[in-house]
Amino acid sequence: MTGLLGPNGAGKTTVLHMMAGFLAPSRGTVTIDGAPTWRNPAVYKQLGLVSEREAAHDFLTAREFLTVSARLHRLPDAEAAAQRALELVEMTPAQDRRIGTYSKGMRQRTRVAAALVHDPQVLLLDEPFNGMDPRQRLHMMELLHRLGEAGRTILFSSHILEEVEQVSGTVQVIVSGRLAASGDYRAIRRLMSNRPHVFAVHSTDDRRLAVALMGQASVTGVEIDRTGLTIRAGDYGSFTRALPKIALAEGIRVRRLHPSDESLESVFSYLVEA
Amino acid sequence: MVTQTIAWITTRGLFGRRRFLLLIPLPLLVVGLAIISRAFGVAPENWAQPVLVGLGLAVVLPVIALIVGTGVLGSEIDDGTIVHILTKPLPRWQIVLPKLVVATAVTTVTVSIALYVAGVLADSVRLGLGLALGGLVGSLAYSALFLALSLVTRRPVLLGLVYVLVWEGLLGNFVSGTRVLSVQQYVLTIADKVAPTGLLQSKVSLPVAIIMSAIFAVGFTLLAIDRLRSFSVAGETS
Repeated sequence: MTGLLGPNGAGKTTVLHMMAGFLAPSRGTVTIDGAPTWRNPAVYKQLGLVSEREAAHDFLTAREFLTVSARLHRLPDAEAAAQRALELVEMTPAQDRRIGTYSKGMRQRTRVAAALVHDPQVLLLDEPFNGMDPRQRLHMMELLHRLGEAGRTILFSSHILEEVEQVSGTVQVIVSGRLAASGDYRAIRRLMSNRPHVFAVHSTDDRRLAVALMGQASVTGVEIDRTGLTIRAGDYGSFTRALPKIALAEGIRVRRLHPSDESLESVFSYLVEA
Repeated sequence: MVTQTIAWITTRGLFGRRRFLLLIPLPLLVVGLAIISRAFGVAPENWAQPVLVGLGLAVVLPVIALIVGTGVLGSEIDDGTIVHILTKPLPRWQIVLPKLVVATAVTTVTVSIALYVAGVLADSVRLGLGLALGGLVGSLAYSALFLALSLVTRRPVLLGLVYVLVWEGLLGNFVSGTRVLSVQQYVLTIADKVAPTGLLQSKVSLPVAIIMSAIFAVGFTLLAIDRLRSFSVAGETS
């Protein structure tokens, strides 16, 4: 399960569309299991796509829509496949209502079901959480988790950090059409040691701790105020190893150590600035 | 089974949109005018040309074909539902051909019945059949053209109207060479050759009409299949 993260206009949809065979790469080829995706409808046997546009055939019910999808995949038992997919996204209670009457979340789940009806190995989702309320979002995240645990390859895009953080540990960050970072987002963050990591520290004697920390090569700045210390460290690893030793040597008890910007947000804004 | 499913969903989509209501008044107008002319005893020489050709073949047939032909695929492209059809492991001809068949059938039924009735009222059953047959051939050629247009341009209706109004309507009257590439002229010729009455004046020969209709139908269908194969979805910046 991989999240494709980037600001609007970074190229997330372009990447997904190239993978899904809806855009020709200007150079090279995009392949899934060795088969090119461009001008090759056969790839859709193992590929499911949930596009960003909320389009669905509004005049059909979810069950009809899913049965059509299954038939077009030439599945031997289209009705059963449709039913399975609807159960997977928990849309069976509303399956006989027209899609036009659905809420955004239900519509999105129906579209996910349509992308899953043929049990594809690879599922691509473009901004799957867009326009959903928190409850629907949670539901969709659970669904993606379940699908991922079932062994499917899932790639989804988002421009909202918390979404990616919650759904997937592996992140590909795209900025202006370039892959800016790749891997576990905490690891990505740590690799960027040339950027100060900020920690909020509170201890029994903040001022004495600040003096001792300034002697450390890994510390590039210390700020002190009523709430405690704000420490800027150039290198994540050596600072986090050094702090307990210093505290022990000085006889200071550290009450709180909080990596205050260890969120995807900061990784992201750093990458965008760079 | 696949082609039937595509045809089914295309038909549902076509009749499910309000645009479909536009199909009703135009053919009724042709029949209505024919009935009124007959009822008031106007000589067919005086009304057949404007009603059958001026309205029926030059306006009703192409406009209906335009609404339907761009509706079977163009509206799915507009609202994005085409992606659901395209993300299936189907050779693209299996998508284009059922849509072409639906477009042709709906246009033919809508237009040819009206043309048949008006033809019978103007002259004879033979003229009615000639016009209906011309309507069928025209429906096929126009549908293939407009279906391909909806894949070639983002504004198929506009481009289709330009073809119908400017190329066929305007240039067709003044520049005789344009008639060879005018579906309207093929339809006129076929109807006139099936039922030679003197009410219709065909301007191209029958072989040209038949061959060119076939070239229109096959050529634009092949173009549509090829375009659909490389159908791109541009990313939208939200």
